[in-house]
Amino acid sequence: MTNFKFTEENLERIENEIKKYPVKRPAVMAALWIAQEQNGWISGEVIKEVASILEMTSEDVLGIVSFYTMYHQKPMGKYHIQVCTNVSCMLKGGYGIFEQVKEKLNINNMQVTEDSIFSLEEVECMGSCGTAPMIAVNEDYYENLDKEKVDQLLNSLKEKK
Amino acid sequence: MEKIVLPDIKDFHKIDVYEANGGYSAAKKAFGQSPDDIIDQVKKSGLRGRGGAAFSAGLKWSFMPKTSAKPKYLCINGDESEPGSFKDRQIFEFNPHQLIEGILIAAYAIGAKSAYIYIRGEYHKWIKLLAKALEDASSQGYVGEKMKQKFGIDFYCDIYIHKGAGAYICGEESALMNSLEGKRGYPRVKPPFPAQNGLWGCPTTINNIETLANVPPIINKGWQWFSAIGEPKHPGTLLYGLSGHVNKPGIYELPSGTLLTDLIYKYGGGVPGDKKVLCVIPGGSSMPPIRGDQIEGVKMDAESLKTVGSAIGTAGVMVMYEDTDLVKVLARIAKFYYHESCGQCTPCREGTGWMLKILNRILAGNGSISDIDLLISVANNIEGNTICALGEAAAWPVKYMVTRFRDYFEKRVSKEVVLPVANKVHSMRGTVIPLADVKN
Repeated sequence: MTNFKFTEENLERIENEIKKYPVKRPAVMAALWIAQEQNGWISGEVIKEVASILEMTSEDVLGIVSFYTMYHQKPMGKYHIQVCTNVSCMLKGGYGIFEQVKEKLNINNMQVTEDSIFSLEEVECMGSCGTAPMIAVNEDYYENLDKEKVDQLLNSLKEKK
Repeated sequence: MEKIVLPDIKDFHKIDVYEANGGYSAAKKAFGQSPDDIIDQVKKSGLRGRGGAAFSAGLKWSFMPKTSAKPKYLCINGDESEPGSFKDRQIFEFNPHQLIEGILIAAYAIGAKSAYIYIRGEYHKWIKLLAKALEDASSQGYVGEKMKQKFGIDFYCDIYIHKGAGAYICGEESALMNSLEGKRGYPRVKPPFPAQNGLWGCPTTINNIETLANVPPIINKGWQWFSAIGEPKHPGTLLYGLSGHVNKPGIYELPSGTLLTDLIYKYGGGVPGDKKVLCVIPGGSSMPPIRGDQIEGVKMDAESLKTVGSAIGTAGVMVMYEDTDLVKVLARIAKFYYHESCGQCTPCREGTGWMLKILNRILAGNGSISDIDLLISVANNIEGNTICALGEAAAWPVKYMVTRFRDYFEKRVSKEVVLPVANKVHSMRGTVIPLADVKN
């Protein structure tokens, strides 16, 4: 395994995050976000690197990573498909969409397609209750969905790769 | 009806449009008065927190020590993770400057030089939108050290955004502070309360996004004006979030005390297919559900909802029509709290899992009549026995849904008391039903 190192630019971003707080530690959440952006997921090497920058122990950083669900502890697809199935979405067919994505991509919850293009996650309420049902692809929300729109969305992502 | 938090003004999120409509004049007005005067006005306005507990905002500010050797902090809670709630994202998107102005006034009132806005990690887009607004406000001198010059005062406040990473519990104020400190989001034992011992052990106030967005108009138009809107005991407008089985879901800013039936039929365009309403959760998934045949005349504000055995919460109204499978809904709610329990307190960590298992059993058609009381028993043993309110949030929907729709749940279980081995042990301990009732 190669050693993980932040790019110069990202190191500067972390330095700016540290300046927001009276102590270094609170920047750990932002540093992990930046690491995930650069590396795709939070590996053991990432944890070591973040720990050394913020003068924490690796175990301490791992404790943060494992508490928050948005830090990926394994590599995910290029397009991480998050389907909300909480009540408001469920009432509008959220589970139907979850099943549809599962079938179309032929993967289960928290799995990645063989070509590493897609991964799937059943997520809790994303704050799209008034525009349910919804899917988030990486950082972007797609709302007011139906079966047809989901098909179009997945097809367009497949074409883009 | 005039809208206070989300006015219908085009491009209001842009700083020049906000300024042209009197933006940042409330801050200027506030800085010309003493912090105590500001707290007094907000107290008299009757503004109550919009994050769920509906606590008096002015009173909360008054708990902050007047003098402190340690720095004081202001936290703004934009974690917004309660299922059924989606109001704060509208403020980030459509009126971020009023929020920033409210933060400045609150910081001045309590004497905080740093304010942290905690926003859930999923809101990437809205974090960027707010960051842009914050940048614009800073470059205009409204935020940070430049405030001294801009307003001609000896006070300034820096505002920072802290991005969460997916944890419902961080909406609980003490968990939010731990998360902000770069720790696991575990709620803290209270007392000490944040006003004494908050962020990094310093005096801290935590307010909801919507609460602070209400502050600038109160300062500008006076507390009398605000206190006359809606219900006197819970004045102002609320951002009602309407979702589920309604024709026009969305956020509706209306006076407190708006009729629940008006929300559903007048504003929400009624129920699809003109079906009957079976159940309504009036304030986000943790609030006690109300039966559809009891929504007539129910007013949507903190005090009125108390009288019908529910609570306003975040005013996220979830409507379910007659074809809804309530067992499925409740099992989904239970799954959520099971997933989000932080695991510190045994009753919540274990109890949420038990409730989910029992509900899944009923959903699969394997439930027995004793499961209904077992659910209520587990819920009762979580409620009040945990560090934070997630215990109640998990227990209430189960307890009240099962109690209020008992006939519905009884139809879904067998009349035979069939207890699996594990439950037999419990029953022998007298925790579920008397031993004599156990037939197998």
